[in-house]
Amino acid sequence: MAEFLQILISGLSAGSIYALAAVGFTLLWQASQTINFAQGEFVMLPAFFVLVFTVKMGLPMSIAIVLALFLSVLLLGALFKKLIVEPMLSHGVLPLVIATIALGLLMKEMVKEFYSPLGQPFPGLFPHDVMSILGAKISVADFANFVIAMGTIIILQLFLSRTRTGRCMQATAQNPEVAKILGVDIKRMVMYTFLINGALAAIASVLITPIYLAKFSNGEVLGLVAFIAAIVGGFNQIRGALVGGLLIGVIDNLSAAYVSAEYRQAVPMLLLIFIIMVRPQGLLGTTEGRTV
Amino acid sequence: MSRKHLFFVILAIAVLILAPLGQKNYIIYVMCSWLMFSVAAMGLNLTLGYAGQVSLAQASFVGIGAYITSLITLAGYHWVLGWLAAMGATFVIGLILGYPALRVQHHFLAFVTLAFNTIVFLVFRNEEEITGGSFGLVGMPRPEFFGIQTMQQINFYYFTLVLFLISAFVFWWIVNSPWGRAFKALRENPIRAESLGVDTRRITLLAFGIGCAFGGGAGAIMAPLVQFIEPGSFSLIHSLKILLMVVVGGAGFFYGPMLGAAVVIILPEFLRFTEGYYLMIYAFLVIVLMVYSPNGLIGLGQKLMARLKPQQEVRKDMQKGAQL
Repeated sequence: MAEFLQILISGLSAGSIYALAAVGFTLLWQASQTINFAQGEFVMLPAFFVLVFTVKMGLPMSIAIVLALFLSVLLLGALFKKLIVEPMLSHGVLPLVIATIALGLLMKEMVKEFYSPLGQPFPGLFPHDVMSILGAKISVADFANFVIAMGTIIILQLFLSRTRTGRCMQATAQNPEVAKILGVDIKRMVMYTFLINGALAAIASVLITPIYLAKFSNGEVLGLVAFIAAIVGGFNQIRGALVGGLLIGVIDNLSAAYVSAEYRQAVPMLLLIFIIMVRPQGLLGTTEGRTV
Repeated sequence: MSRKHLFFVILAIAVLILAPLGQKNYIIYVMCSWLMFSVAAMGLNLTLGYAGQVSLAQASFVGIGAYITSLITLAGYHWVLGWLAAMGATFVIGLILGYPALRVQHHFLAFVTLAFNTIVFLVFRNEEEITGGSFGLVGMPRPEFFGIQTMQQINFYYFTLVLFLISAFVFWWIVNSPWGRAFKALRENPIRAESLGVDTRRITLLAFGIGCAFGGGAGAIMAPLVQFIEPGSFSLIHSLKILLMVVVGGAGFFYGPMLGAAVVIILPEFLRFTEGYYLMIYAFLVIVLMVYSPNGLIGLGQKLMARLKPQQEVRKDMQKGAQL
């Protein structure tokens, strides 16, 4: 029982970070029908910004993280939107999918070439202490990751539902034409979505990278997981992405422990296929979603 | 087919026959690889460009074809048997995968195939008794036809070329058959196609199955070409690479995948002098191409042609191809 609880909690912790990436994914989809195949690389990159600031420039960790956050919002949010997504909106979904695949490749290669092809140690933000809850040993880092990730998502949800700007963003996502008629500055709202995605990616990056090493290829797995989490939960709901992320985190850890290490990766895939067959709109999704 | 077109095709075949003469083995190998990927990309073009469904699992079908062919030829049977088995098996697997998946279309099919590709990769890697695990299979014999060995690189090139031409002809025939026109009708306007009596679901499924079989056929060429297969050659990134070939060349155009495969396979060889930067340059070029011409290189060519000869109307029906 203690072992199960332990696996469950570390799964929830990893899952909450996946959820951050997945929420960004669904936001982009809602706002501009962008299926971002570079989402994994978006999460991989900010950790290297932090490394550049701390290791190469010698800045303290806290300042480096704030700078990395700004840089991510600027590059992965604003620049990505302006240079790649905006000119391609009229082309439909597929060319943009290809462009983001190429963008992911570009980011991966640049990190490999200009920083290092080897995994880099990344300082953890939290002490390595272990606390005991009901006999299960839980690391402080796992717990803190969970709290920060969930806190971020809750703040985002409050922002979207309680503030004027947030509601305008939701209106833009649901029906851009009507939103425009009602005087919402659609372009700006879509831009905000991209900025938020950049920030979410940076937070996820700083939280998840200490678990692995910082490596150029980290994005491959992360992107896939974010993707699956978003679809399983429901592509047009933030809540959906949250549930999907947590579910994938838990299932991944459980299957590593109880199924087989070899087929661990296959379990989320089978879940994905099953969900698409049975409930294509996702667990919490609504059917009305946009058609491509 | 107009007379001009026929002349162009014969000229192109002549060039393909003469091209490898006097070249080094490595260059011939790259050309074989190009022809092989063209076949795989042709199959995806049928699914994507003509039937309008996004598949991200083409590399896994190439892999299934390659493993089946390897196992059959390693067991001592002739390659032709392996080829037929590979195409047959991938066709059937494509139908089995596509039947439930095509209930949900477009991006959902993309996700299902994405998951399928990962699962197939894991099976290749983990079922060591059959597939050799992460060490893969080595030493597939190259086939012999009527006493002619294909061990020599140049002979193998002609063998690949013949298979490529057969595949291209079959593809051309499908696209111009009533089926092919049904595919196009489906892509342009599914509701109208259905109301005109086209059984949308069956036709899409058929296009998907045939597309997968082309992938299997490419795999059957790959096994004796590389003579070494391992799971890593069929991972998701390679499916994306084949997708890239189709879209960069121009989805929905007959010559699109061949051009795209040439860009993806041969261009890196030319960019080799840039060393570590070539993938970056390549990725950058793809982004620029997609921003300026979502219809790929052929679309770009048509745009330029239209600008040079403004009186000529660009085919509007093809513009839809890349949009889905």
